[in-house]
Amino acid sequence: MSELYREIIIDHYKNPRNFGKLKDPDINGAEDNIVCGDRVEWFLKLDSAGRVKEVKWQGEGCALSQASASLLSEMLIGKKLTEINKLGVKDIYRIVGEKLNPSRQKCATLSVEALKQALTKK
Amino acid sequence: MLDPKKYQKDFPILARRINGKKLVYLDNAATSQKPLTVVRAMEDFLLKHNANVHRGIYALSEEATALYENARKSAAKFINAGSESEIIFTRNATESINLVALTWARQNLKAGDEILTTEMEHHSNIVPWQILAKERGLELKFLPTLPEKGILDLNKLPNLLSSKLKLVCVGHMSNLLGTVNPLVEIIGQAHQVGAKVLVDGCQAAPHLPVDVQKLNADFYAFSGHKMLGPTGIGVLWAKQEILEATEPILGGGDMIKNVTQTEATWNAVPWKFEAGTPNVVGAIGLAAAIDYLNDLGMKNIWQHEQKLVEYVIPKLKAIAGLNIFGISEVSKNRGAIFSFWLDGLHPHDLASIFDEAGIAIRAGHMCAQPMLSALGKPAATRASFYFYNTLAEADAFLDAIEKAKKVFKL
Repeated sequence: MSELYREIIIDHYKNPRNFGKLKDPDINGAEDNIVCGDRVEWFLKLDSAGRVKEVKWQGEGCALSQASASLLSEMLIGKKLTEINKLGVKDIYRIVGEKLNPSRQKCATLSVEALKQALTKK
Repeated sequence: MLDPKKYQKDFPILARRINGKKLVYLDNAATSQKPLTVVRAMEDFLLKHNANVHRGIYALSEEATALYENARKSAAKFINAGSESEIIFTRNATESINLVALTWARQNLKAGDEILTTEMEHHSNIVPWQILAKERGLELKFLPTLPEKGILDLNKLPNLLSSKLKLVCVGHMSNLLGTVNPLVEIIGQAHQVGAKVLVDGCQAAPHLPVDVQKLNADFYAFSGHKMLGPTGIGVLWAKQEILEATEPILGGGDMIKNVTQTEATWNAVPWKFEAGTPNVVGAIGLAAAIDYLNDLGMKNIWQHEQKLVEYVIPKLKAIAGLNIFGISEVSKNRGAIFSFWLDGLHPHDLASIFDEAGIAIRAGHMCAQPMLSALGKPAATRASFYFYNTLAEADAFLDAIEKAKKVFKL
Protein backbone atom coordinates (compact mmCIF):
# COMPACT_ATOMS: atom_id res chain seq x y z
CA MET A 1 0.00 0.00 0.00
CA SER A 2 2.90 2.34 0.65
CA GLU A 3 6.35 1.98 -0.87
CA LEU A 4 7.97 3.89 1.94
CA TYR A 5 6.10 2.44 4.89
CA ARG A 6 6.58 -1.26 4.33
CA GLU A 7 5.40 -3.76 6.91
CA ILE A 8 8.83 -3.92 8.58
CA ILE A 9 8.93 -0.14 9.18
CA ILE A 10 5.45 -0.05 10.69
CA ASP A 11 6.26 -3.10 12.82
CA HIS A 12 9.45 -1.57 14.25
CA TYR A 13 7.73 1.81 14.74
CA LYS A 14 4.88 0.30 16.70
CA ASN A 15 6.98 -2.33 18.51
CA PRO A 16 10.42 -0.79 18.87
CA ARG A 17 13.13 -3.34 19.75
CA ASN A 18 15.67 -2.62 22.50
CA PHE A 19 13.72 0.45 23.55
CA GLY A 20 14.70 1.94 26.90
CA LYS A 21 17.71 3.07 28.92
CA LEU A 22 20.79 1.41 30.38
CA LYS A 23 22.31 2.32 33.72
CA ASP A 24 26.02 3.22 33.57
CA PRO A 25 26.41 2.79 29.83
CA ASP A 26 29.92 2.66 28.35
CA ILE A 27 28.65 4.68 25.43
CA ASN A 28 25.86 7.22 25.50
CA GLY A 29 24.87 10.03 23.13
CA ALA A 30 21.92 11.60 21.35
CA GLU A 31 21.05 13.57 18.28
CA ASP A 32 18.05 15.82 17.54
CA ASN A 33 16.45 16.83 14.31
CA ILE A 34 15.45 20.40 15.12
CA VAL A 35 13.17 20.71 12.12
CA CYS A 36 10.71 18.03 13.20
CA GLY A 37 11.60 17.47 16.84
CA ASP A 38 12.80 13.89 16.28
CA ARG A 39 15.26 12.54 18.86
CA VAL A 40 17.26 9.34 19.28
CA GLU A 41 19.52 8.51 22.25
CA TRP A 42 21.80 5.47 22.47
CA PHE A 43 23.03 3.44 25.47
CA LEU A 44 25.70 0.74 24.85
CA LYS A 45 27.56 -1.59 27.17
CA LEU A 46 30.71 -3.43 26.10
CA ASP A 47 32.19 -6.76 27.22
CA SER A 48 35.83 -7.26 28.19
CA ALA A 49 36.74 -7.88 24.54
CA GLY A 50 35.28 -4.53 23.59
CA ARG A 51 32.24 -5.93 21.81
CA VAL A 52 28.72 -4.61 22.30
CA LYS A 53 27.10 -6.66 25.04
CA GLU A 54 23.91 -4.71 25.62
CA VAL A 55 22.13 -2.02 23.63
CA LYS A 56 19.17 0.22 24.36
CA TRP A 57 17.87 3.34 22.73
CA GLN A 58 15.08 5.78 23.40
CA GLY A 59 13.55 8.53 21.35
CA GLU A 60 10.52 10.15 19.87
CA GLY A 61 9.49 11.28 16.44
CA CYS A 62 8.29 10.01 13.11
CA ALA A 63 8.12 6.38 12.01
CA LEU A 64 11.24 6.64 9.84
CA SER A 65 13.48 7.94 12.61
CA GLN A 66 12.16 5.55 15.22
CA ALA A 67 11.94 2.42 13.09
CA SER A 68 15.43 2.95 11.72
CA ALA A 69 16.79 3.24 15.27
CA SER A 70 14.99 0.02 16.22
CA LEU A 71 16.33 -1.81 13.16
CA LEU A 72 19.81 -0.44 13.73
CA SER A 73 19.77 -1.57 17.36
CA GLU A 74 19.40 -5.16 16.19
CA MET A 75 22.59 -4.90 14.18
CA LEU A 76 24.84 -3.86 17.03
CA ILE A 77 25.14 -6.81 19.41
CA GLY A 78 28.55 -8.53 19.23
CA LYS A 79 30.06 -5.79 17.08
CA LYS A 80 33.33 -4.01 17.85
CA LEU A 81 33.31 -0.24 17.91
CA THR A 82 35.52 -0.15 14.82
CA GLU A 83 32.83 -2.13 13.00
CA ILE A 84 30.06 0.14 14.26
CA ASN A 85 32.05 3.12 13.12
CA LYS A 86 31.90 1.74 9.60
CA LEU A 87 28.09 1.75 9.64
CA GLY A 88 26.80 4.65 7.60
CA VAL A 89 23.79 6.11 5.90
CA LYS A 90 24.09 3.45 3.18
CA ASP A 91 23.22 0.78 5.74
CA ILE A 92 20.16 2.78 6.73
CA TYR A 93 19.02 3.10 3.13
CA ARG A 94 19.41 -0.65 2.81
CA ILE A 95 16.90 -0.99 5.65
CA VAL A 96 14.36 1.73 4.84
CA GLY A 97 14.73 1.83 1.06
CA GLU A 98 16.34 4.37 -1.21
CA LYS A 99 13.27 6.26 -2.35
CA LEU A 100 13.53 8.95 0.31
CA ASN A 101 13.51 12.60 -0.64
CA PRO A 102 16.13 14.82 1.05
CA SER A 103 13.86 16.07 3.84
CA ARG A 104 12.98 12.51 4.86
CA GLN A 105 16.56 11.25 4.54
CA LYS A 106 17.35 13.31 7.65
CA CYS A 107 14.65 11.45 9.58
CA ALA A 108 15.90 8.04 8.50
CA THR A 109 19.56 8.71 9.18
CA LEU A 110 19.05 10.37 12.58
CA SER A 111 19.63 7.03 14.36
CA VAL A 112 23.03 6.46 12.78
CA GLU A 113 24.02 10.11 13.30
CA ALA A 114 23.11 9.77 16.97
CA LEU A 115 25.18 6.60 17.21
CA LYS A 116 28.22 8.33 15.67
CA GLN A 117 27.68 11.20 18.08
CA ALA A 118 27.73 8.72 20.98
CA LEU A 119 30.94 7.10 19.74
CA THR A 120 32.82 10.38 19.42
CA LYS A 121 31.90 11.20 23.02
CA LYS A 122 33.59 8.07 24.31
CA MET B 1 -20.90 30.00 -7.38
CA LEU B 2 -17.34 29.78 -8.51
CA ASP B 3 -16.40 26.60 -10.38
CA PRO B 4 -12.81 25.75 -9.42
CA LYS B 5 -12.37 23.28 -12.27
CA LYS B 6 -12.81 26.10 -14.76
CA TYR B 7 -9.80 27.91 -13.32
CA GLN B 8 -7.44 24.96 -13.00
CA LYS B 9 -6.63 25.15 -16.72
CA ASP B 10 -5.15 28.62 -16.16
CA PHE B 11 -2.49 27.01 -13.95
CA PRO B 12 -0.28 24.70 -16.04
CA ILE B 13 1.38 23.25 -12.94
CA LEU B 14 -1.93 21.85 -11.71
CA ALA B 15 -1.92 19.43 -14.68
CA ARG B 16 1.34 17.89 -13.49
CA ARG B 17 1.56 14.33 -12.29
CA ILE B 18 3.47 13.62 -9.09
CA ASN B 19 4.43 10.04 -8.25
CA GLY B 20 2.13 8.89 -11.03
CA LYS B 21 -0.90 10.76 -9.67
CA LYS B 22 -2.45 14.07 -10.72
CA LEU B 23 -1.09 16.77 -8.45
CA VAL B 24 -3.43 17.93 -5.69
CA TYR B 25 -1.86 21.12 -4.42
CA LEU B 26 -2.93 21.90 -0.85
CA ASP B 27 -0.07 24.06 0.40
CA ASN B 28 -1.51 27.42 -0.58
CA ALA B 29 -0.89 29.00 2.81
CA ALA B 30 2.83 28.54 2.05
CA THR B 31 2.60 29.79 -1.52
CA SER B 32 -0.02 29.78 -4.25
CA GLN B 33 0.44 28.54 -7.80
CA LYS B 34 0.73 31.04 -10.67
CA PRO B 35 -1.66 31.45 -13.59
CA LEU B 36 -0.34 31.82 -17.13
CA THR B 37 -1.43 35.49 -17.24
CA VAL B 38 0.97 36.38 -14.42
CA VAL B 39 3.88 34.60 -16.09
CA ARG B 40 3.03 36.20 -19.45
CA ALA B 41 2.81 39.70 -17.94
CA MET B 42 6.31 39.37 -16.49
CA GLU B 43 7.66 37.84 -19.68
CA ASP B 44 6.04 40.59 -21.75
CA PHE B 45 7.69 43.25 -19.59
CA LEU B 46 11.13 41.65 -19.79
CA LEU B 47 10.93 41.07 -23.53
CA LYS B 48 9.25 44.31 -24.61
CA HIS B 49 9.32 47.06 -21.98
CA ASN B 50 12.37 46.49 -19.79
CA ALA B 51 14.19 49.61 -18.62
CA ASN B 52 14.94 51.09 -15.23
CA VAL B 53 12.09 53.05 -13.69
CA HIS B 54 11.84 56.76 -12.77
CA ARG B 55 13.66 59.69 -14.37
CA GLY B 56 14.44 58.01 -17.67
CA ILE B 57 13.59 60.46 -20.42
CA TYR B 58 13.37 57.87 -23.15
CA ALA B 59 10.17 56.09 -24.15
CA LEU B 60 11.09 52.68 -22.79
CA SER B 61 11.80 54.00 -19.30
CA GLU B 62 8.51 55.90 -19.37
CA GLU B 63 6.73 52.66 -20.24
CA ALA B 64 8.47 50.75 -17.45
CA THR B 65 7.71 53.53 -14.95
CA ALA B 66 4.05 53.62 -15.97
CA LEU B 67 3.73 49.82 -15.61
CA TYR B 68 5.44 49.87 -12.20
CA GLU B 69 3.36 52.76 -10.87
CA ASN B 70 0.16 51.23 -12.28
CA ALA B 71 0.98 48.12 -10.27
CA ARG B 72 1.04 50.35 -7.18
CA LYS B 73 -2.40 51.70 -8.10
CA SER B 74 -3.71 48.13 -8.51
CA ALA B 75 -2.37 47.15 -5.10
CA ALA B 76 -3.89 50.29 -3.53
CA LYS B 77 -7.30 49.59 -5.05
CA PHE B 78 -7.11 45.91 -4.07
CA ILE B 79 -7.08 46.76 -0.35
CA ASN B 80 -9.01 50.05 -0.77
CA ALA B 81 -6.13 52.26 0.33
CA GLY B 82 -6.89 55.99 0.40
CA SER B 83 -4.08 56.66 -2.06
CA GLU B 84 -1.44 54.74 -4.01
CA SER B 85 1.24 56.75 -2.21
CA GLU B 86 0.41 54.65 0.85
CA ILE B 87 1.69 51.52 -0.92
CA ILE B 88 5.36 50.61 -0.37
CA PHE B 89 6.68 47.69 -2.36
CA THR B 90 8.80 45.27 -0.29
CA ARG B 91 10.07 41.73 -0.78
CA ASN B 92 7.24 40.13 1.19
CA ALA B 93 5.06 40.54 4.28
CA THR B 94 8.00 39.65 6.52
CA GLU B 95 10.01 42.54 5.12
CA SER B 96 6.96 44.81 5.43
CA ILE B 97 6.67 44.03 9.14
CA ASN B 98 10.41 44.43 9.66
CA LEU B 99 10.26 47.76 7.85
CA VAL B 100 7.75 49.04 10.41
CA ALA B 101 9.96 47.72 13.22
CA LEU B 102 13.07 49.37 11.78
CA THR B 103 11.45 52.72 10.98
CA TRP B 104 8.26 53.84 12.69
CA ALA B 105 8.62 51.68 15.81
CA ARG B 106 12.32 52.38 16.24
CA GLN B 107 11.75 56.11 15.89
CA ASN B 108 8.71 56.37 18.14
CA LEU B 109 9.05 53.80 20.91
CA LYS B 110 11.25 54.32 23.95
CA ALA B 111 12.41 52.14 26.83
CA GLY B 112 9.49 50.94 28.93
CA ASP B 113 6.97 51.20 26.09
CA GLU B 114 4.99 48.10 25.23
CA ILE B 115 4.24 46.14 22.08
CA LEU B 116 1.41 43.62 22.08
CA THR B 117 1.38 40.69 19.68
CA THR B 118 -0.66 37.49 19.91
CA GLU B 119 -0.02 33.86 20.70
CA MET B 120 -1.28 32.73 17.29
CA GLU B 121 1.05 34.89 15.19
CA HIS B 122 3.43 33.64 12.54
CA HIS B 123 7.07 34.00 13.64
CA SER B 124 7.35 36.96 11.26
CA ASN B 125 5.01 38.95 13.52
CA ILE B 126 6.88 37.94 16.69
CA VAL B 127 10.62 37.84 16.03
CA PRO B 128 11.04 41.40 14.62
CA TRP B 129 9.40 42.67 17.83
CA GLN B 130 11.61 40.50 20.02
CA ILE B 131 14.67 41.95 18.30
CA LEU B 132 13.45 45.52 18.66
CA ALA B 133 12.33 45.01 22.27
CA LYS B 134 15.80 43.73 23.18
CA GLU B 135 17.51 46.58 21.38
CA ARG B 136 15.34 49.34 22.82
CA GLY B 137 14.32 48.00 26.22
CA LEU B 138 10.68 47.62 25.21
CA GLU B 139 8.30 45.12 26.69
CA LEU B 140 6.76 42.57 24.34
CA LYS B 141 3.47 41.15 25.55
CA PHE B 142 1.23 38.43 24.15
CA LEU B 143 -2.53 38.31 23.85
CA PRO B 144 -3.29 34.66 24.73
CA THR B 145 -5.57 32.33 22.82
CA LEU B 146 -8.19 29.86 23.88
CA PRO B 147 -6.30 26.94 22.31
CA GLU B 148 -9.19 24.44 22.22
CA LYS B 149 -11.42 27.02 20.54
CA GLY B 150 -8.73 28.28 18.20
CA ILE B 151 -9.49 31.94 18.85
CA LEU B 152 -7.90 34.89 20.60
CA ASP B 153 -8.94 35.36 24.22
CA LEU B 154 -10.43 38.83 23.79
CA ASN B 155 -11.45 38.94 27.45
CA LYS B 156 -7.76 39.29 28.24
CA LEU B 157 -7.35 42.31 25.97
CA PRO B 158 -8.59 45.12 28.27
CA ASN B 159 -6.01 44.20 30.94
CA LEU B 160 -3.23 44.49 28.38
CA LEU B 161 -4.24 47.98 27.30
CA SER B 162 -2.53 50.96 28.87
CA SER B 163 -0.93 54.26 27.98
CA LYS B 164 2.40 52.37 27.76
CA LEU B 165 1.08 50.31 24.87
CA LYS B 166 2.25 51.82 21.59
CA LEU B 167 1.72 49.09 19.02
CA VAL B 168 -0.56 46.09 18.58
CA CYS B 169 0.51 43.45 16.02
CA VAL B 170 -2.13 40.97 14.93
CA GLY B 171 -2.71 38.60 12.05
CA HIS B 172 -5.84 38.99 9.93
CA MET B 173 -6.02 35.22 9.42
CA SER B 174 -3.86 32.63 11.22
CA ASN B 175 -1.61 30.58 8.93
CA LEU B 176 -1.84 27.63 11.31
CA LEU B 177 -5.47 27.74 12.44
CA GLY B 178 -7.23 29.55 9.60
CA THR B 179 -8.94 31.71 12.22
CA VAL B 180 -10.06 35.15 11.05
CA ASN B 181 -9.49 37.54 13.93
CA PRO B 182 -12.00 40.21 15.05
CA LEU B 183 -9.85 43.10 13.83
CA VAL B 184 -12.42 45.89 14.08
CA GLU B 185 -12.88 45.19 17.78
CA ILE B 186 -9.14 44.87 18.48
CA ILE B 187 -8.25 47.97 16.47
CA GLY B 188 -10.99 49.98 18.15
CA GLN B 189 -9.77 49.07 21.64
CA ALA B 190 -6.11 49.65 20.75
CA HIS B 191 -6.84 53.09 19.34
CA GLN B 192 -8.63 54.07 22.53
CA VAL B 193 -5.33 53.94 24.41
CA GLY B 194 -3.50 55.60 21.52
CA ALA B 195 -1.72 52.48 20.25
CA LYS B 196 -1.17 51.93 16.52
CA VAL B 197 -2.17 48.62 14.95
CA LEU B 198 -0.19 46.56 12.47
CA VAL B 199 -2.11 43.82 10.67
CA ASP B 200 -0.31 40.87 9.12
CA GLY B 201 -2.56 40.28 6.14
CA CYS B 202 -0.47 37.58 4.52
CA GLN B 203 -3.15 34.87 4.74
CA ALA B 204 -6.18 37.14 4.38
CA ALA B 205 -5.33 39.26 1.33
CA PRO B 206 -5.30 36.25 -1.04
CA HIS B 207 -8.61 34.88 0.23
CA LEU B 208 -11.07 37.57 1.28
CA PRO B 209 -11.97 41.19 0.49
CA VAL B 210 -9.71 43.59 2.42
CA ASP B 211 -10.64 47.21 3.10
CA VAL B 212 -7.91 48.91 5.11
CA GLN B 213 -9.94 52.10 5.49
CA LYS B 214 -12.92 50.26 6.94
CA LEU B 215 -10.61 48.27 9.24
CA ASN B 216 -8.97 51.55 10.25
CA ALA B 217 -5.65 49.76 10.74
CA ASP B 218 -2.42 51.79 10.73
CA PHE B 219 -0.21 49.26 8.92
CA TYR B 220 -1.19 46.32 6.71
CA ALA B 221 1.37 43.84 5.34
CA PHE B 222 0.95 41.17 2.67
CA SER B 223 2.95 39.04 0.20
CA GLY B 224 2.46 38.70 -3.55
CA HIS B 225 3.41 35.05 -3.85
CA LYS B 226 0.52 33.77 -1.74
CA MET B 227 -1.98 35.49 -4.07
CA LEU B 228 -0.87 34.22 -7.50
CA GLY B 229 2.03 36.66 -7.83
CA PRO B 230 5.74 35.87 -8.00
CA THR B 231 8.05 35.59 -4.99
CA GLY B 232 10.07 38.66 -4.03
CA ILE B 233 7.26 41.21 -4.10
CA GLY B 234 5.20 42.29 -1.11
CA VAL B 235 3.36 45.32 0.15
CA LEU B 236 3.42 47.50 3.20
CA TRP B 237 0.42 49.78 3.41
CA ALA B 238 0.45 52.52 6.04
CA LYS B 239 -1.60 55.64 6.65
CA GLN B 240 -0.22 58.59 4.71
CA GLU B 241 0.39 60.78 7.76
CA ILE B 242 2.41 58.03 9.43
CA LEU B 243 4.58 57.54 6.35
CA GLU B 244 5.09 61.32 6.02
CA ALA B 245 6.31 61.54 9.62
CA THR B 246 8.61 58.50 9.43
CA GLU B 247 12.28 58.50 8.43
CA PRO B 248 13.53 55.92 5.91
CA ILE B 249 15.97 53.17 6.86
CA LEU B 250 17.58 52.30 3.54
CA GLY B 251 19.46 55.06 1.75
CA GLY B 252 20.43 55.16 -1.90
CA GLY B 253 19.07 55.95 -5.31
CA ASP B 254 15.43 56.82 -5.93
CA MET B 255 14.67 57.59 -2.27
CA ILE B 256 16.27 61.07 -2.36
CA LYS B 257 15.31 64.47 -3.64
CA ASN B 258 18.68 66.19 -3.33
CA VAL B 259 22.14 65.03 -2.24
CA THR B 260 25.20 67.10 -1.26
CA GLN B 261 28.43 65.91 0.33
CA THR B 262 27.02 66.49 3.78
CA GLU B 263 23.34 65.68 3.59
CA ALA B 264 20.37 64.51 1.61
CA THR B 265 16.67 65.30 1.47
CA TRP B 266 14.09 62.62 0.92
CA ASN B 267 11.85 61.90 -2.01
CA ALA B 268 8.08 61.93 -1.37
CA VAL B 269 6.27 58.86 0.00
CA PRO B 270 6.22 56.05 -0.93
CA TRP B 271 9.51 56.35 -2.84
CA LYS B 272 11.53 57.48 0.16
CA PHE B 273 11.12 53.92 1.46
CA GLU B 274 12.16 52.27 -1.82
CA ALA B 275 15.91 52.76 -2.13
CA GLY B 276 17.59 51.30 -5.19
CA THR B 277 16.11 49.73 -8.29
CA PRO B 278 12.89 48.07 -7.15
CA ASN B 279 11.49 44.66 -8.13
CA VAL B 280 9.73 46.01 -11.23
CA VAL B 281 9.07 42.59 -12.77
CA GLY B 282 7.65 41.37 -9.47
CA ALA B 283 5.33 44.37 -9.15
CA ILE B 284 4.06 43.80 -12.69
CA GLY B 285 3.48 40.13 -11.90
CA LEU B 286 1.59 41.14 -8.75
CA ALA B 287 -0.59 43.55 -10.77
CA ALA B 288 -1.48 40.73 -13.19
CA ALA B 289 -2.29 38.53 -10.18
CA ILE B 290 -4.58 41.23 -8.79
CA ASP B 291 -6.31 41.53 -12.19
CA TYR B 292 -6.92 37.78 -12.11
CA LEU B 293 -8.31 37.88 -8.57
CA ASN B 294 -10.50 40.89 -9.36
CA ASP B 295 -11.98 39.05 -12.36
CA LEU B 296 -12.97 36.23 -10.03
CA GLY B 297 -14.08 38.55 -7.26
CA MET B 298 -12.68 38.24 -3.75
CA LYS B 299 -16.19 37.68 -2.37
CA ASN B 300 -16.63 34.69 -4.67
CA ILE B 301 -13.24 33.29 -3.66
CA TRP B 302 -14.14 33.57 0.03
CA GLN B 303 -17.55 32.00 -0.65
CA HIS B 304 -15.96 29.02 -2.39
CA GLU B 305 -13.56 28.57 0.51
CA GLN B 306 -16.50 28.69 2.92
CA LYS B 307 -18.02 25.87 0.90
CA LEU B 308 -14.81 23.89 1.39
CA VAL B 309 -14.97 24.58 5.14
CA GLU B 310 -18.57 23.31 5.24
CA TYR B 311 -17.54 20.20 3.35
CA VAL B 312 -14.27 19.34 5.06
CA ILE B 313 -14.80 20.18 8.76
CA PRO B 314 -17.58 17.65 9.48
CA LYS B 315 -15.65 14.93 7.64
CA LEU B 316 -12.43 15.68 9.53
CA LYS B 317 -14.32 15.67 12.81
CA ALA B 318 -15.64 12.20 12.03
CA ILE B 319 -12.12 10.71 11.83
CA ALA B 320 -11.25 8.93 15.07
CA GLY B 321 -8.09 10.16 16.78
CA LEU B 322 -8.00 13.34 14.73
CA ASN B 323 -7.77 16.63 16.54
CA ILE B 324 -8.53 19.75 14.47
CA PHE B 325 -6.52 22.84 15.40
CA GLY B 326 -8.50 26.05 15.25
CA ILE B 327 -12.26 26.51 15.08
CA SER B 328 -13.47 22.93 14.75
CA GLU B 329 -16.97 23.65 13.54
CA VAL B 330 -18.35 25.24 10.39
CA SER B 331 -17.87 28.95 10.98
CA LYS B 332 -17.65 32.16 9.00
CA ASN B 333 -14.64 33.02 11.13
CA ARG B 334 -12.35 30.49 9.58
CA GLY B 335 -10.77 30.02 6.17
CA ALA B 336 -9.98 26.79 4.32
CA ILE B 337 -6.80 26.05 6.26
CA PHE B 338 -7.07 22.69 8.00
CA SER B 339 -4.36 21.87 10.53
CA PHE B 340 -4.64 18.83 12.70
CA TRP B 341 -2.98 16.18 14.83
CA LEU B 342 -3.65 12.50 14.25
CA ASP B 343 -2.89 10.19 17.18
CA GLY B 344 -0.27 7.55 16.37
CA LEU B 345 0.90 9.22 13.17
CA HIS B 346 3.64 11.83 13.04
CA PRO B 347 2.92 14.75 10.64
CA HIS B 348 6.06 13.97 8.63
CA ASP B 349 4.91 10.40 8.01
CA LEU B 350 1.49 11.67 7.00
CA ALA B 351 3.06 14.16 4.59
CA SER B 352 5.08 11.37 2.96
CA ILE B 353 1.99 9.21 2.49
CA PHE B 354 0.17 12.22 1.00
CA ASP B 355 3.14 12.77 -1.30
CA GLU B 356 2.89 9.19 -2.54
CA ALA B 357 -0.69 10.03 -3.52
CA GLY B 358 0.42 13.19 -5.36
CA ILE B 359 -1.02 15.44 -2.63
CA ALA B 360 1.11 18.36 -1.46
CA ILE B 361 0.45 19.31 2.15
CA ARG B 362 2.73 20.68 4.84
CA ALA B 363 3.98 19.14 8.07
CA GLY B 364 5.97 20.79 10.83
CA HIS B 365 5.70 23.81 13.09
CA MET B 366 4.31 26.19 10.41
CA CYS B 367 6.40 29.06 11.80
CA ALA B 368 3.91 29.27 14.65
CA GLN B 369 5.73 27.54 17.50
CA PRO B 370 4.14 29.59 20.32
CA MET B 371 0.67 28.53 19.11
CA LEU B 372 1.73 24.88 18.83
CA SER B 373 3.12 25.09 22.37
CA ALA B 374 -0.24 26.41 23.54
CA LEU B 375 -1.87 23.45 21.80
CA GLY B 376 0.68 21.13 23.44
CA LYS B 377 1.82 19.56 20.18
CA PRO B 378 5.29 19.41 18.59
CA ALA B 379 4.06 19.72 15.02
CA ALA B 380 0.99 19.85 12.82
CA THR B 381 -0.20 18.55 9.49
CA ARG B 382 -1.76 21.31 7.39
CA ALA B 383 -3.81 21.29 4.20
CA SER B 384 -4.56 24.77 2.88
CA PHE B 385 -6.96 25.27 -0.02
CA TYR B 386 -7.48 27.99 -2.62
CA PHE B 387 -10.20 28.84 -5.13
CA TYR B 388 -8.82 26.35 -7.67
CA ASN B 389 -9.24 23.41 -5.30
CA THR B 390 -12.29 21.23 -5.89
CA LEU B 391 -14.45 19.19 -3.55
CA ALA B 392 -13.04 16.13 -5.33
CA GLU B 393 -9.57 17.22 -4.21
CA ALA B 394 -10.90 17.58 -0.68
CA ASP B 395 -12.08 13.97 -0.99
CA ALA B 396 -8.62 12.90 -2.17
CA PHE B 397 -7.17 14.61 0.91
CA LEU B 398 -9.65 12.91 3.24
CA ASP B 399 -9.11 9.52 1.56
CA ALA B 400 -5.35 9.89 2.02
CA ILE B 401 -5.84 10.29 5.78
CA GLU B 402 -7.84 7.06 5.85
CA LYS B 403 -5.17 5.35 3.77
CA ALA B 404 -2.44 6.54 6.12
CA LYS B 405 -4.39 5.16 9.07
CA LYS B 406 -4.60 1.78 7.32
CA VAL B 407 -0.86 1.74 6.53
CA PHE B 408 -0.17 2.47 10.18
CA LYS B 409 -2.84 0.02 11.33
CA LEU B 410 -4.70 2.65 13.33
